[in-house]
Amino acid sequence: MIQTENLLHELIEKHGNTRDGLLPILQGVVAKENYLSEPRMVEIAKALNISSAEVYGTASFYTYLFTKPMGKNVIRVCKTISCKMAGKQEIIKAIEKTLKIKVGETTRDKNFTFIETNCLGWCHKGPVMIINDEVYPEITPERAVEILCEMDPKHLSKF
Amino acid sequence: MKTSELKKVDIIFDCVQCAPIEVVKKSLAMHPDEIIEQIISSGLRGRGGAGFPTGLKWKLAKEEVSDQKYVICNADEGEPGTFKDREILDLVPNKVLAGMAICAYVIGATEGFIYLRNEYNFLLKKLIPTLENFNKNLQEIGLDFTIKLFSGSGAYICGEESALFESMEGKRGEPRNKPPYPTRNGYKGKPTVINNVETLVYCNMIMRIGVEPFKQLGTKDSRGSKVFSVSGDTTKAGIYELELGIGVDEFVNEFGNGDTKAVQIGGASGFCVPRKDFANKIIGFEGVPTGGSMMIFNSSRSMYNILKDYLEFFVEESCGQCTPCRVGTQQLLKGIEAVKHGEMPSSYLNQLMKLSETMKVASKCGLGQSVPNAFSSIVKNFKEEMIY
Repeated sequence: MIQTENLLHELIEKHGNTRDGLLPILQGVVAKENYLSEPRMVEIAKALNISSAEVYGTASFYTYLFTKPMGKNVIRVCKTISCKMAGKQEIIKAIEKTLKIKVGETTRDKNFTFIETNCLGWCHKGPVMIINDEVYPEITPERAVEILCEMDPKHLSKF
Repeated sequence: MKTSELKKVDIIFDCVQCAPIEVVKKSLAMHPDEIIEQIISSGLRGRGGAGFPTGLKWKLAKEEVSDQKYVICNADEGEPGTFKDREILDLVPNKVLAGMAICAYVIGATEGFIYLRNEYNFLLKKLIPTLENFNKNLQEIGLDFTIKLFSGSGAYICGEESALFESMEGKRGEPRNKPPYPTRNGYKGKPTVINNVETLVYCNMIMRIGVEPFKQLGTKDSRGSKVFSVSGDTTKAGIYELELGIGVDEFVNEFGNGDTKAVQIGGASGFCVPRKDFANKIIGFEGVPTGGSMMIFNSSRSMYNILKDYLEFFVEESCGQCTPCRVGTQQLLKGIEAVKHGEMPSSYLNQLMKLSETMKVASKCGLGQSVPNAFSSIVKNFKEEMIY
């Protein structure tokens, strides 16, 4: 708890306690804690002197501001047409099989969350996968599995 | 089959040894009105898709009297099939920054922002030091202007300028009513120039190479060149700077692989041009406008699946604020599915067309207003694929 207060304190110090600091503050909390818990949103609302509904309303608008617990690593695969034509479905299958979860789910150990997203801006090099901020263009199913196993060797044994 | 080669242009990525900061320095020696006059006479129009005359935008912002003005670089590139701004920011960020600085000098702004989509956060590693350095250079040449970065949080609609301001102000990215326009009432209610990444580079380049080399390219309504993001059924996917006003047939001859059925120009919010129209459509503001997205589809592709993909995109990305767009996007999607599955007669497509026309006139912002572009151009040209 003390650590959280420190985090919030730091973020407010950096971005100010006015409304236009809200997005960077929310981004900062997600970066450290993976998502925005209800108590955290209430704290932020108090610190910025706005209603917690405003904080939740804002957070829930953006796909990168999670209001539900997420895994430590977020895997995104682009689902838009160019990546679809380039074979994103094979990538999805490979990831699902490796992590034993479906799109939209989180592994039981909370290490990975796997989601599909709209255009990621790599249409000429599809399919594309992004893990956290790291981009993997022209990804193959084999390479995707390899990357996941490098990040978490426990998935290795299954292949 | 034509054999003429498409004219490739090299303005945006040219690597002539001329530091962008020198162009800012040169511009500072000119009167702001003189710069505005040059940008206006170049005929440059916004490269993000909407195509507003850039010089006029700067002029309107300059004429406003205010204690504070802003320059914002719109790097919330999210249109399906577009990836040129990412490449520009990656390869020639200083040219973008210089464009912003010239604009700041012209309109009298002291603060600027780059609104970068979250999906491009990997660029920050290089961009932050570049920016710090550039800000220092600006101080050295005596321009009171500082550029900061603002990260988006994953919302296509925030590429709409007023939604982008809302987002920067810490709110949901819901577009505002217009007018007032950003040049009067933008970020924090202050006069703001918001330009696309590519537009800012062209401003910088026009100040460097002069109006004429730019103006000689393109057509009367679409001066200059533009960066295109080419993807889909092509062996030459990538980023190309081409003259505006080229024929769709010329484009297909260059990039298609011989079996092109249709080209989607301008992404999900753009228009679908079928093969029969390749020869009589040009790429430009007087023809088919585009923010850069060029998706090529072969005969083997189902246009129903493509339209469905675009509609699913809009259903997710509609901000939900106004009814025509929130409900319209969902009904269009449900509608084409129902026709395809035989639950509704094919004549239902006509009703859906009417709905899309209503969305065009009744939606609050460009998102809802442009859903009909893809919808009607695909349904009209590939009706049989929608039904069978």
